[in-house]
Amino acid sequence: MSAALSIRNLVKEYVAGKPVLRGISLDIEGADITAIIGPSGTGKSTLIRCINRLVEPTSGEIVFEGRDVVKLSGADLRAARSRIGMVFQEYNLVERLTVMENLLTGCLGKTSAFKAFLRRFKPEDIGRAWEMLEIVGLQTFANARADSLSGGQRQRVGISRAVMQQPALLLADEPTSSLDPKTSVEIMELLVRVAGSRNIPVIINMHDVELARRFAKRIVGMSGGLVVYDGAPDGLTDATLKDIYGGEDWLH
Amino acid sequence: MPAGVRPFQSSPLARLGWLVLLVYLAWAMSSLEFSWPRFVLGLDNGAKFIARMFPPNFERWDLLVKGLSESLQMAFIASFLGVLISLPLGLFAARNMMPAIITWPVRVLIIACRSFHPVIVAIICVKAVGFGALAGIIALTVASVGFVAKLFAEAIEEISMKQIEGVRATGASFMNVVTFGVLPQVMFRFIGFSAYETDANLRNSTMVGIVGAGGIGGTLFAAFQRFDYDYVFAIVLAIIGLIMIGEGIQIWIKRVFRQ
Repeated sequence: MSAALSIRNLVKEYVAGKPVLRGISLDIEGADITAIIGPSGTGKSTLIRCINRLVEPTSGEIVFEGRDVVKLSGADLRAARSRIGMVFQEYNLVERLTVMENLLTGCLGKTSAFKAFLRRFKPEDIGRAWEMLEIVGLQTFANARADSLSGGQRQRVGISRAVMQQPALLLADEPTSSLDPKTSVEIMELLVRVAGSRNIPVIINMHDVELARRFAKRIVGMSGGLVVYDGAPDGLTDATLKDIYGGEDWLH
Repeated sequence: MPAGVRPFQSSPLARLGWLVLLVYLAWAMSSLEFSWPRFVLGLDNGAKFIARMFPPNFERWDLLVKGLSESLQMAFIASFLGVLISLPLGLFAARNMMPAIITWPVRVLIIACRSFHPVIVAIICVKAVGFGALAGIIALTVASVGFVAKLFAEAIEEISMKQIEGVRATGASFMNVVTFGVLPQVMFRFIGFSAYETDANLRNSTMVGIVGAGGIGGTLFAAFQRFDYDYVFAIVLAIIGLIMIGEGIQIWIKRVFRQ
């Protein structure tokens, strides 16, 4: 079987002639954690968002489950999106909905608007939501509104929502950047655990190089819209970090 | 202090603007005979009028109740229809949810609805569908759409797009994004706007009757024309009571749906 996700020559220009991504090619295989590191503004978030087309790529190919996502539209695009779970830096939960409703948002891809409006979700989906809440330890919060939770709790709901989609790929855009160090580690452990138990690959944008080293099997270093490092965490030397972030004073 | 620079200098253009405004006001007052002697002359008339209003006359209470309940019915029907029409229009007019090709025509329609006072719309409706409550309901509905759809659109434009992004990323359809992403964020404000509009319609429904579009206004106007000022006072008191009840209901709704 070919790679789960194959990106070829991906280019994104928000302003014509000023590419943010300048030809990215990546293959994601197996069920490992891949961390993307790089300086702010280098297009990490753009890359992640191109994969599920929250951002429109300018050119290139993104083959996921045998289809080029870039060419999809309408129901096909939504079907592809529902197979890709996404976790956000600021959680992006619907704050006035309850934790349970936020989890079931993950099932919207296969629920009609009428049934969603009446909250008529399938019993097995609701059952899965309860199981998921147990995994993340939030069962007692099922009926609490999302905006009443702490940051760490919200991110656990965010991860649960993504997992509820029964995705074949998990994307995470700086999932720990709004959290304290201890909670960050807990969230990373949870991501590794849920991805491992479902045997799906995870692509994570990260600022924290140490956290990336600790949890990722593979590290992709981006700089200036290009991939400048792609390999194991062990290969990430001071020299490569200098290539990625520039300068060197910050390393010591 | 640097030479030639004066702090707190007012712009000559702003000063000219104030001067023009004052001159215009003075001219307008003199040309409309807006003066103290004229006011004193009118007071005399007013005293007679007020004297004839006491005591309020509730003899024809059956007509009064009929008019009032008709006003109330018109207000609620028009508010319901107005909100119902405004829900999709507000969404179509929201620039963060729809492309400009849709928002512009819808915005023009909403502006058209709010560009005329309900009484003017009522006159047109009376000509179109004849005297009675139907004309009033249409007029109040049009006014409601002009007001509520605009507020709905503005509320939708102020929602957090991060939450929308979170829902979109799950592969949700547009209608699902609306029900799970947009609606929860604006629901409580929508209820507040709808309660406010019902209150406004209650007031307007007492007025469109003056031009024959149903409700207590017609009774009030007829009483004026027959110089039944004691009955006029009774009607006015009843309207005040109705508005106060409306105000109370509005406060109650806001308390129930707070947050």
